[in-house]
Amino acid sequence: MNAQAHEFKASVRRYTADLGHRDWIQKALAGYYVKRDEFKNRFQSWPSARNAAAEIKWEAINHLDRYLDEFVSKLEARGTKVFWAPDAQAARDYIVGVARAHKVRSIIKSKSMTGEEVHLADALEQSGFEVVESDLGEYIVRLRREPPYHIVFPAMHLTRKQISDLFHSRLGSEPTNNPEDLTMFARRVMRRKYCEADMGISGANFAIAETGMISITENEGNARLTTSLPKIHVAIVGIEKVLPKLSDLALFLPMLATAGAGQPITGYNTLYGGPRQSGEPDGPEEFHVVLLDNRRTALLADAEQRDALHCIRCGACLNVCPIFKNVGGHSYGTTYQGPIGSVITPHLRGLQDWKHLSQASSLCGACTETCPVKINLHHHLLHNRRNAVRARPPRSEKMIQAGFVFMMRHLAIYRLAARIGRTAQPLQPVLRATIFDPVRAWTKTRSFPRLAKKSFRELWRERKTS
Amino acid sequence: MTNREIILGRIREALKVAAPHPDFHELGRADLPVGPDARQRVPTAPQKWLPPVGETLAEQVELFGRNAEDLKAEFHECSGLSEVIQHVKKLSADGGWKKIGRHRGEFTDPVARELGLTEVRTDKGYAVKDLESCDAALTECEALVAQTGSVLVSAPSAGGRALSILPPHHVVLARRNQVVPDLGVALQRVQEKFKDKFPSFMSFISGPSRTGDIERILVLGAHGPKKLTILLLP
Repeated sequence: MNAQAHEFKASVRRYTADLGHRDWIQKALAGYYVKRDEFKNRFQSWPSARNAAAEIKWEAINHLDRYLDEFVSKLEARGTKVFWAPDAQAARDYIVGVARAHKVRSIIKSKSMTGEEVHLADALEQSGFEVVESDLGEYIVRLRREPPYHIVFPAMHLTRKQISDLFHSRLGSEPTNNPEDLTMFARRVMRRKYCEADMGISGANFAIAETGMISITENEGNARLTTSLPKIHVAIVGIEKVLPKLSDLALFLPMLATAGAGQPITGYNTLYGGPRQSGEPDGPEEFHVVLLDNRRTALLADAEQRDALHCIRCGACLNVCPIFKNVGGHSYGTTYQGPIGSVITPHLRGLQDWKHLSQASSLCGACTETCPVKINLHHHLLHNRRNAVRARPPRSEKMIQAGFVFMMRHLAIYRLAARIGRTAQPLQPVLRATIFDPVRAWTKTRSFPRLAKKSFRELWRERKTS
Repeated sequence: MTNREIILGRIREALKVAAPHPDFHELGRADLPVGPDARQRVPTAPQKWLPPVGETLAEQVELFGRNAEDLKAEFHECSGLSEVIQHVKKLSADGGWKKIGRHRGEFTDPVARELGLTEVRTDKGYAVKDLESCDAALTECEALVAQTGSVLVSAPSAGGRALSILPPHHVVLARRNQVVPDLGVALQRVQEKFKDKFPSFMSFISGPSRTGDIERILVLGAHGPKKLTILLLP
């Protein structure tokens, strides 16, 4: 087993035994389910809206070259600097370069999972720049020096007590039991940072080809401040974020909010089409868009799983996943957690290193059913399992299978094995879950069913003779 | 080879194998041919599936008000400019406003004149510190969206980017005929208005700034305005 799989297993063992954590996550998501259903039901037809969304993303991804070209030429025509980053290193180097060239002192950053993916904040800090995360949840997890727990709710695993203690010990705030006080404290800290920062970094939720704009979805207004006050704005955007037309947002903005957060619409949905234009009173003098590939094209080349690039990062599949709710977001060890993360991480970071995530599924299909753009998530987990085995056939498993087939084909051996099993089972409680237990993977957390005292053949024979 | 050529080359190589098309059975569109130009088949009228908005302007104004209030914004339909002025004066008295931020506009000018407070006008640039210390912001907008209760602002219609996000209370002055059924119609309106000369900034504002990052409990005024008031003129 490789290091990633090992860490995953260890973390899973810890989290699944932590019943408090499990209750907490269930409680945190309970309100979401109610609200999501309420707003889904306001749609005249949610299934048709999903079909339309899937179709639009299919069109965008399957003509990606054309739409990216259109997006970039429209952006450049209005004074935006576009950088094509083939990998994470190129993206980091470019952004650090922009910060250096402008002798930037402090940087304010709004939430970006693409930024997390390339470890942008770390890279900037290592180059000597101060980076402040302005999204409240990101700010909290960054203070704790841990990655986001969930792609949409980064700090959902923490209680107000933990956050109050964190603010108290790190920032000297008064301890409080009130989420509003904690939020207002963070607001005051951040306000100063906004006014001082000379560079703002954001992600993007959509890239509109038709008009050359990025669209940012947020509730707090932190991204709007990040992109209004500093004199440079850098947006890091995955190449798969493209939508063909501006009017497509009429469908995607309500769906993203409803599927992802159980809201009818998110607080701010903002379109940026360039740096400050002539006649405008404010806005950055420079606007840079960093288009990131970072192996998205490898996923694109897999036609079977290409629809995984339709993902709008709403987080709905995490919220319904029984595995996510039990193992928790940090167990995955990936930027993108839950079903979508388990599907795309092997493509982005190596199949053999991350194939264990394909097993982190009950294959219940809840993710596929909830996905607003109809990504065939649980089937893709099966595809990844198949591909991993094809690329590197597991020898021990093959031998076990061959042995099983041999046994099933030879009646005498089958009978012998059944008899040994039946005779030896009373000893099993003694050996249970130890290295001598042949079914220890199962019995570590469950009891093994009792084998019948007599086989069917024996019962049959007895009945015939009596 | 430039980075652009590298990435576009990878994409073109990858797209040589066609991906299975999502099915259309639920739409009843399975009879349509599957061709290379699938875009033509993309439905252009999502109105059929999005939440209903009513037929008449009156219904849509009412729906806008309901949705805006659900989002914790305050909404008032006023009979004329004098009622708007009265209302803003009351907000000012209740909030103890001393200084407001605003831009020049058809409605903001007369309202600000009547208020008679210290002003920061953003039209020709401003100092961030000045705007940050304002108690409220007065702006106009591009459209009000009935379906979602959102206000669409743009750099020219709302005094730039920061005015509608920095002060703690945002007051929007709009005309009744700016109410549109959904986001699609709002976007269509700005597309027709600006053609290719889009402002660098447009935003759908839906309620005051909010967060649920601590225990998923709603708190207003996370970074932006704690209050949003929308006043409608005939």
